[in-house]
Amino acid sequence: MMDLKRRYVIPGDVIATGQMRPEQNVYQDGDRMISTCVGISEVFENAVRVIPLTGVYVPKTNDLVIGKVIGTSPLSWEFDINSCFIGFLPAQDVFGRDYSPTKDELRQRLNIGDLVAARVANFDRSRDPLLTVQDRDLGRIDSGELIEIAPSKVPRLIGKRGSMIQTIEMATRAMITIGQNGWVVVSCEDSEGLLKAVEAVKMVDALAHTPNLTERVKSMLGVPEGDNNDTTND
Amino acid sequence: MTDDGIRCDGRRVDQLRNITIKAGVLKNADGSAYIEFGKNKILAGVFGPRDVHPKHMANQDTGILRCRYHMSPFSVTERKNPAPSRREIEISKVLKEALQPALILKDFPRTVVDVFVEVLQADGGSRCAALDAAAVALADAGIPMRDLVSACAAGKVEDRIVLDINNEEDQEGQADMPVAIMPNIGKVTLMQLDGILTPDEYKTCLQTAIGGCRSVYEIQRKALVEKYFEGGAH
Repeated sequence: MMDLKRRYVIPGDVIATGQMRPEQNVYQDGDRMISTCVGISEVFENAVRVIPLTGVYVPKTNDLVIGKVIGTSPLSWEFDINSCFIGFLPAQDVFGRDYSPTKDELRQRLNIGDLVAARVANFDRSRDPLLTVQDRDLGRIDSGELIEIAPSKVPRLIGKRGSMIQTIEMATRAMITIGQNGWVVVSCEDSEGLLKAVEAVKMVDALAHTPNLTERVKSMLGVPEGDNNDTTND
Repeated sequence: MTDDGIRCDGRRVDQLRNITIKAGVLKNADGSAYIEFGKNKILAGVFGPRDVHPKHMANQDTGILRCRYHMSPFSVTERKNPAPSRREIEISKVLKEALQPALILKDFPRTVVDVFVEVLQADGGSRCAALDAAAVALADAGIPMRDLVSACAAGKVEDRIVLDINNEEDQEGQADMPVAIMPNIGKVTLMQLDGILTPDEYKTCLQTAIGGCRSVYEIQRKALVEKYFEGGAH
């Protein structure tokens, strides 16, 4: 990763010039690559992208999200997924193929206000995101504490190959479900562990851009040095 | 104005008023900025992208932008009726049209970005100051933008072209020309002219205003860097 050139950019900043592929949050003006948001630019050999530091969650197919039921229609649930779009979960996904709007009652399975871990099955610009709960570990979340963090900081909370989240989970024995939309559910049998885990998640949210964050989280949680070698700020 | 070009408030002909901008001042808005442009004090708040209400305004192909420019009753010496006046409706429209070219809303179909601008204290050139604050607030909200929008006025007072005219000069002067540009792309998004100029004066006036916009851009940039990179490395 050493050949990566990183830089802080704001909208309108020219990141690079020449024949390159504009990726995430970059647009092309002639042969100039221009950032479209406040963030950190990364220049690869032939591509440029900007990791945003602010902004709303834009659903992507296959993302794990945590949603809150905000309503039902005869054939589906509607979810608030912390985005500008409403997530739809078809009733057949939960009831199976023989779902009948006259026979089954949607609210018996998922009522308004319930939290659900779901995966984005499909999303394109012509329709609102379609969710699914047909996978391992998906479905209603019965217990835990909901924390809202900035969607742009989710990758930092997960860490390199899950290092950050593993550190927190191991130190507090908490179960942490992270939605790509910035909603995080922490559950723990031991109330002290729960409080510590919540504090750690909030700390990552507040200090996501600072170096040596894993170390700082570890010292906050009281983890002895050297348990995990990964301290790079990714 | 004195013979050696010192204006009624002690500035030179090519000198801006003192400008300070702070990004992210409102917790409940998705993005916000506060600007002090001389004696102008203006708050801008941005919401969105979010669901469009009323629904018929939604565009299936792209997100839309709405702006509201409003002057507080206490923003001027005599109480101002808080109902939108003819002038406020005009400026709302002008702000919207000046910001629109900078925004990339095609990835957010069926949504709206709302920009609310509240003038707390007015002292001439408030539409430019409002535009500067709105641009920073939009960047703070993480709305994809081609470039920031920087605005500044120039005008003609006592037969001389001066930069950034204040309220007094606006009342007594011969011409007022607010200009907004996208500084990195080099495009003008707003140009109004109230008064009469010769073609030569027009050219100088426009160049003076653009020069002012570029100085304003540096201040806008500083505000964003301060918030997101803690005044740090660039």
